[in-house]
Amino acid sequence: MKAMTGTRGLVLNEPFLWEQGARGRTCFSMPRRDVDPCPLKDELVGQGPDFPDLSEVDLVRHYTRLSTWNFGVDTGMYPLGSCTMKYNPKINEKMASLPGFAGAHPLLPAELCQGVLKLMYDLEKYLAEITGLPAVTLQPAAGAHGELTGMLIFHAFFKARNQQRSKILIPDTAHGTNPASAALCGFKSIPVASNDQGVLAPEEVAELMDEETAGIMITNPNTLGLFEDNIKKIAGIVHAKGGLVYADGANMNAIMGIVDMSKSGVDILHLNLHKTFATPHGGGGPGSGPVCVTKNLEKFLPVPRVIHQNGDYTLTYDCPESIGKLHAFYGNFGVQIKAYSYILSMGAELKKASQLAVLNANYIKEELKSVFHLPYDRACMHECVFTDKFQKPYKVTTLDIAKRLMDYGFHPPTIYFPLVVHGALMIEPTETESKTSIDLFIAALKAIAKEARESPELLHEAPRNPKMRRLDETIAARKPCLAG
Amino acid sequence: MKEISELNFPDDLRYTEDHEWAKQEGKQIRIGISDYAQDQLGDIVFVELPQVGDTFAKGAEFGTIESVKAVSEVYMPLGGQIVAINEALEDAPELVNNEPYAKGWMIVVNPSDINEFDALLARDAYLEMLKG
Repeated sequence: MKAMTGTRGLVLNEPFLWEQGARGRTCFSMPRRDVDPCPLKDELVGQGPDFPDLSEVDLVRHYTRLSTWNFGVDTGMYPLGSCTMKYNPKINEKMASLPGFAGAHPLLPAELCQGVLKLMYDLEKYLAEITGLPAVTLQPAAGAHGELTGMLIFHAFFKARNQQRSKILIPDTAHGTNPASAALCGFKSIPVASNDQGVLAPEEVAELMDEETAGIMITNPNTLGLFEDNIKKIAGIVHAKGGLVYADGANMNAIMGIVDMSKSGVDILHLNLHKTFATPHGGGGPGSGPVCVTKNLEKFLPVPRVIHQNGDYTLTYDCPESIGKLHAFYGNFGVQIKAYSYILSMGAELKKASQLAVLNANYIKEELKSVFHLPYDRACMHECVFTDKFQKPYKVTTLDIAKRLMDYGFHPPTIYFPLVVHGALMIEPTETESKTSIDLFIAALKAIAKEARESPELLHEAPRNPKMRRLDETIAARKPCLAG
Repeated sequence: MKEISELNFPDDLRYTEDHEWAKQEGKQIRIGISDYAQDQLGDIVFVELPQVGDTFAKGAEFGTIESVKAVSEVYMPLGGQIVAINEALEDAPELVNNEPYAKGWMIVVNPSDINEFDALLARDAYLEMLKG
């Protein structure tokens, strides 16, 4: 076994910004004034916000030091289930910073930004090709925004038929954002239980689907990492009652270029470019959640739409049945460039990324199922879900296992989700990881299972190596301190 | 998390399959969640309760409990009107963890049909269910 990457080194303490600096320090110099002074209106004059006085070096060191306490996908394996924390190739950053893209003002007239419009137009086409759904909007800012877009299209679809439907079916394995998005649009979510195989049974859907129900929101593969193999039958049942099928594409990394969403009966699908298409993810940075729809729902997509006529690309607002505008300008364009760059650089290998992601997850599942309880012992897709059942006699929980993984140099997996699995530990390796790093990860988890039996206190006290040890999540939630 | 034998289940209470408890106090019923439920949830950070005067049917969701792990719903063991809520939980949700049967109570209900109370699980039946 190779040496684990987790270790300790010199880490610098760093106080809050408000405890630093000195009166009069500043990070920048105002440019020389070249207009006449103009007094502010009275209502705009008063005490400014309480900002610390810092020099440039104070500020740079603050964030650089904090960044050394952190762990990112550029640091090591980040197997956060259902989040697809794959590596973000740096070529994508280079493309996004090309001056023609980075400097393009969103109000440029179409004739001065043909390249930008062509990129958006082509990206829509690529995403259509990958998903099998022919019409695409790039506007939504992230997954849940895509869900909101989908629900607004549901509403518009029924309104155009002079119908109003009040309910949406949502499986118990859904992401929490699904019922939230449905509720935001005034739909009541009706939970559908998954069966003992961890997937939806058509009979269960048939029992709940009626003409008051707008349709179903289904994640495929689901959050247990299992392929909903009844999807086509379920879509048939929903369509027979006049409903629509919404697919949450959060787990699309398992099936890129392999499953044709339109042939499996999906009407609307959102993608997460920041998951599946290797654009940066997390840290509160911008995401992108394009929505792909069937031809007959295209007319409801948000405006403006990019069109290609007589060799020219233009933006059109002439879409009378559109649900309207969902984002300032055209969505998070910088993210769109990175996904476009990823798709083109992968080319025909894109499908292989999904195949390797699935292979990696199955390898981990098989290697670890003797030491961690596997509630659904069947072939998985891009992620696998274990529990802490075998560790219960030693009073070791999923949380302890996750915390201990940090000591070995890995980011913890998703824990306590999906809710249908008690004490879930949800691992998604992605295709990014080599066999070497996956073997090291497996060895770390096997070592942790052994520690749980022999010296459980190591797990209860974990993590020991990171700068910040086990944080008091309870106090953070009950009495949050929001100062910087 | 504790073993079931380490948890406390008073025998003057009735229980539900969703892990609420109910206690008869004259004509009214006091309701909370069981020691098992609070132990499973882990540290509770927020409890959302209904308004006094609201009416719910048996099995309806009357509130939500947020712990560091997850958000869970709490359901009416029996139908009725809310006559009191535990306002102390707003500032001290940890009362549900520390004293689930005393200061961690959630609501008091005026039952619409007292027979629904009699149909709830007695301590031993609830314990059997937990042991599965």
